Amino acid sequence: MKKSYVELDESKGVSRRQFLKSGTGVLMGTLAASSGILATLAPSSSWALATKVLSSEEANSILKVTRAIFPHDKLDDAVYALVVKDLDAAASEDVGVAALLRDGLKALDKSASGDWSSLDYLQRENLVIKMAGTDFFEKIRGTSVVSLYNNEMAWAHFGYEGSSYEMGGYFDRGFQDLDWLPNPPASASPAKS
Amino acid sequence: MSKIELNDDSVVVVIGSGAGGGTLANELCQKGVKVVLLEAGKRESAASFQNNEWGSFGQLSWLDKRTTSGSWRVARDFSGLPAWICKTVGGSTTHWAGASLRIQDHEFRARSHYGDLDGANLLDWPLTLKELEPYYDKAEDKLGVTRTNGIPGLPGNNNFKVMHAGAKKLGYKNCHTGRMAINSRQRDGRSSCRQLGFCFQGCKMDAKWSTMNSEIPKAEETGALDLRPGSQVLKIEHSKMGKVDAVVYVDDNGVEHRQKARVVCVAGNSIETPRLLLNSESSLYPDGLANSSGQVGRNYMRHMTGSVYATFDEPVHMWRGTTMAGIITDESKHDPSRGFVGGYEMETLSLGLPFMAAFLDPGGWGRDFCRAMDNYRNMAGMWLVGEDMPQESNRITVHSSEKDQYGMPVPNVHFDDHPNDIAMREHAYQQGKAVYEAAGANHVYPVPAYPSTHNMGTCRMSAKSSDGVCNKNGQTHDIKNLFISDGSQFTTGASENPTLTIVSLAIRQADYIAEQMLAKNI
Repeated sequence: MKKSYVELDESKGVSRRQFLKSGTGVLMGTLAASSGILATLAPSSSWALATKVLSSEEANSILKVTRAIFPHDKLDDAVYALVVKDLDAAASEDVGVAALLRDGLKALDKSASGDWSSLDYLQRENLVIKMAGTDFFEKIRGTSVVSLYNNEMAWAHFGYEGSSYEMGGYFDRGFQDLDWLPNPPASASPAKS
Repeated sequence: MSKIELNDDSVVVVIGSGAGGGTLANELCQKGVKVVLLEAGKRESAASFQNNEWGSFGQLSWLDKRTTSGSWRVARDFSGLPAWICKTVGGSTTHWAGASLRIQDHEFRARSHYGDLDGANLLDWPLTLKELEPYYDKAEDKLGVTRTNGIPGLPGNNNFKVMHAGAKKLGYKNCHTGRMAINSRQRDGRSSCRQLGFCFQGCKMDAKWSTMNSEIPKAEETGALDLRPGSQVLKIEHSKMGKVDAVVYVDDNGVEHRQKARVVCVAGNSIETPRLLLNSESSLYPDGLANSSGQVGRNYMRHMTGSVYATFDEPVHMWRGTTMAGIITDESKHDPSRGFVGGYEMETLSLGLPFMAAFLDPGGWGRDFCRAMDNYRNMAGMWLVGEDMPQESNRITVHSSEKDQYGMPVPNVHFDDHPNDIAMREHAYQQGKAVYEAAGANHVYPVPAYPSTHNMGTCRMSAKSSDGVCNKNGQTHDIKNLFISDGSQFTTGASENPTLTIVSLAIRQADYIAEQMLAKNI
């Protein structure tokens, strides 16, 4: 797997126009101050994603839909952007996917009687929930359940440590460091040797 | 490693290199019998294994097309992936967790011990524990099972500490770090466990026994083995007299070959084994090979399974260390007062973040889902694995229209839970929850079954030829030189992880085949 932070580009000192040259749209963001651990993985706190098919507005809306389906309040937009990246890639390979995503966004605007993306997040979430079971919802859910959690930024956020072989496993790195319950007797759990 | 000619009709052809086939091949080679071992997958190694769940899944899993039917939840959640088993040299022993338990005496006598159950096609094994014990001894030594042969248990990880604390408070008596085919110290040329936490992804330390790192290299050293990875078997052929005499397979380049054989042993796991017998139909055997009983593909068992995950106020880091080195065996007894026959084991289990997202609540989303994931650090987990009832209608069939990349009909896996399975699962969920609540859980998540890892029973052994497909030696009732050499032989599923029994049966079968070849009976 590619390291997720290199899947997003560093946007510092690069204009939106320069990104747009290489694609159709662009998603940009800045890691929140509370995402300290992610900042250690990223080359800079500003990130950008050039899209192949989705417009900037569509990409932004898809990111918000993804947030509404998997509402981790403290998870940075940079991680959700990886889902947008995969959906955009799927849309570039299959016009049916592009149409599915665009039609879904239109349906959301219709249910919002206006611009869905400008509603507050709870209102947005409620309208997305009403679309559960639709192909649009399932496409984003199904992509997210892999893309959102299979990257190093998510691992850092949720505390998962990923590959351990290079570090010699956990033999000397805390596989039995839990200290808030009594230790089992040696008959049940022999000392490490 | 030797090269055996395609027209050499003196050889034993073993199909599948997992727990059954890989072990059988080595045991035969040790006796000087020439073996052609056909494996559909590629050859990997500790060096090529990945500490990455999705990456490894793509590397090792059997992902050829399969279909599902029936009311089991797997058919809804993973309709194209009924089983989580492997296509690689070593088969599913690359993926298994290492739990190595003997089937209990009464479980070999399920029909007479449990009685007659509506809808269950229960039968006693034609084999007793006493008969199999010497082979269990050999298998435990071969696999280096902890807590046998003077091998110490593995040190418990954090996930085990939680299980043990809950079990103790609840009054369970038998909770320890398990009997594991994972080295707690160096043994048999393999290193000791470094607690990587990626047992399912192929052990990068080679601390976990697999046929890939143990049986197959040993068989190669004898010079009697011709291992052919990338060989997908299409059909077993037979002579006019009805004995099997050749195996047709396609190699990685799509080239078809025909290997002559004196004996054929099928060990493709309990979906591919019956599929191959059914796809080998001929004018002499219009219902498929060895199917005069009509039982080929039937009595498919997958164990009653489910998981319980729980979150706590403090960190657990359950992914650190050996995945399944933790067991409570108190519920594996037969005690019908619980509302079901047979029993179940409770074993530690953890998934990395990517697979937790995929399996916690398949199809799930929303705030409850996110709350569980947000507490991933503080999560502990266990797997529940118990005896499911054999049913004639739970079966592998070959699809009437869907074909695989070689033009062969794909297998369909049909499964409905028996009421006994459902009652047991409910009990197991309740007890799993109780264990974690006793340890202080703030929230408990019952998790549905994953795609089946324990596939059993589709060519079961039986005393009478009308009741099953093979005899107590795995020799098919209908065709003397055709053997079933994997978990398909299981008459019933028992509550234990099946690998140790598959290996024991393979060791026993090798003795029988060598003996019968010497006596020129086959």
